[in-house]
Amino acid sequence: MSAFGAIVRRDVRVAMRRLSEAANPLLFFLVVTTLFPLALSPSADELREVGVGVLWVSTLLSSLLALDGLFRGDADDGSLEQLLLSPVPITVTVLAKIAVHWLMTILPLIALVPVLALSYSMPVAALPTMIGALVLATPTLSVLIALGAALTVSLRRGGTIVGLLVLPLTAPLLIFGTRATDFGLHDEPAAGPLYLLAAFAAFALALGPLAIGAALRVGVE
Amino acid sequence: MRLPRWFHLLGSPPFVYRLAGRLVPWLGAIACVLLAVGAYWGLALAPPDRVQGQVYRIIFLHPQVAYVSMMAYVVMAVSAGIGFIWRIKLAHAVAVTAAPIGTTFTACALATGAIWGRPTWGTFWQWTDPRIMSETLLLFLFLSYLALRAAFEDRDKADRVSAILAVVGVVNVPIIHYSVIWWNSLHQGPSFMKLDKPSIAPEMLTPFLIMIAAFTVCFYWLLLNGLRGQIVERERDTRWVKQLVEGREP
Repeated sequence: MSAFGAIVRRDVRVAMRRLSEAANPLLFFLVVTTLFPLALSPSADELREVGVGVLWVSTLLSSLLALDGLFRGDADDGSLEQLLLSPVPITVTVLAKIAVHWLMTILPLIALVPVLALSYSMPVAALPTMIGALVLATPTLSVLIALGAALTVSLRRGGTIVGLLVLPLTAPLLIFGTRATDFGLHDEPAAGPLYLLAAFAAFALALGPLAIGAALRVGVE
Repeated sequence: MRLPRWFHLLGSPPFVYRLAGRLVPWLGAIACVLLAVGAYWGLALAPPDRVQGQVYRIIFLHPQVAYVSMMAYVVMAVSAGIGFIWRIKLAHAVAVTAAPIGTTFTACALATGAIWGRPTWGTFWQWTDPRIMSETLLLFLFLSYLALRAAFEDRDKADRVSAILAVVGVVNVPIIHYSVIWWNSLHQGPSFMKLDKPSIAPEMLTPFLIMIAAFTVCFYWLLLNGLRGQIVERERDTRWVKQLVEGREP
């Protein structure tokens, strides 16, 4: 547990020192969600209808941008090999990396979502459900992105392929996340899809680190 | 526990190459006979459907192709997993061979589904239908597997990294199956794969099953045929392949 905390503290500190890099996904999120109303009709009713999907897909795409921060830097300077050699189980290391990705990349996005949702003229009453769905869905997303990053860690240019690897696997999150949000929007109980998202998160956090650890071991060989 | 000798031989490339070579003509012949019988039975002998008329006859093609596309993914993922865990190169060769075949079957399932959808649902494509979406995602999974492999120069690394992706992606296959039950939609419910009595007339059921068998055999025929090529390519630096190419029996 102390190793987990140490890795989290170190990676948060590294990310804070490169704040402009850490802010890129957030800015991308802002720009994309600004472009959609320009491309679609700016009428309030239509924006409310498409807003749920736009915000969810933009969250997925924006959080993909930070994948190089997960393992690339550590692989380049050799510290990833040290982490793999250390007596700390690889799953703990991987979970710490996932936690940092979630804290530094996804949490700021979620913090921004209420503002954007209001600008898409969504009712305030729908916000708690949407935020809840995002909080439950995004740990799985972080696991999947970490998996994509780990699979491509030994490639010089992994960035373009990771989207192809990760995005198809995020479909269940998108389906149940937007469904929960829609239920919230129409004042219906959203517990069903939220429970499913929580189940996905538990499943991904339990088994994902094993796959990611295996991918990292192959990657640094 | 001692395993029989033939089981160990399944890890030997020359043995599997010769075994596949012996099986391929048989599988090809069985596949052709089953396809001919099933197609004639389904397209000519089976009665027209009460609701869908003649259009329904694509039921002797579309579900079978879709079934094989999912089976291909499972075959790919299981053999990739075996190759990863026990470091058996032949298992990786099977996974690599299954991938393009599965991709083709998945694309065919989507195409035949669209052709069926136009006269019966009035649309080629329905974004809200979970089965279409799952099959599309299966296509993406196959393509991402192939793309990930292509990104690596070193074949051994490509084998092992793509194996992890294949095993992770296999989670999607049960989602495809249960999607019909989870979300109600345009797609007709499962007519065969359920526990109580199949809701398909018996005179249609027989050709339906024959066609499933036909496409399954067809898949393994293509798989073993491709596997032979894959083995020769992977073993091209060994003596037995050199002897094989020079025409001498190894």
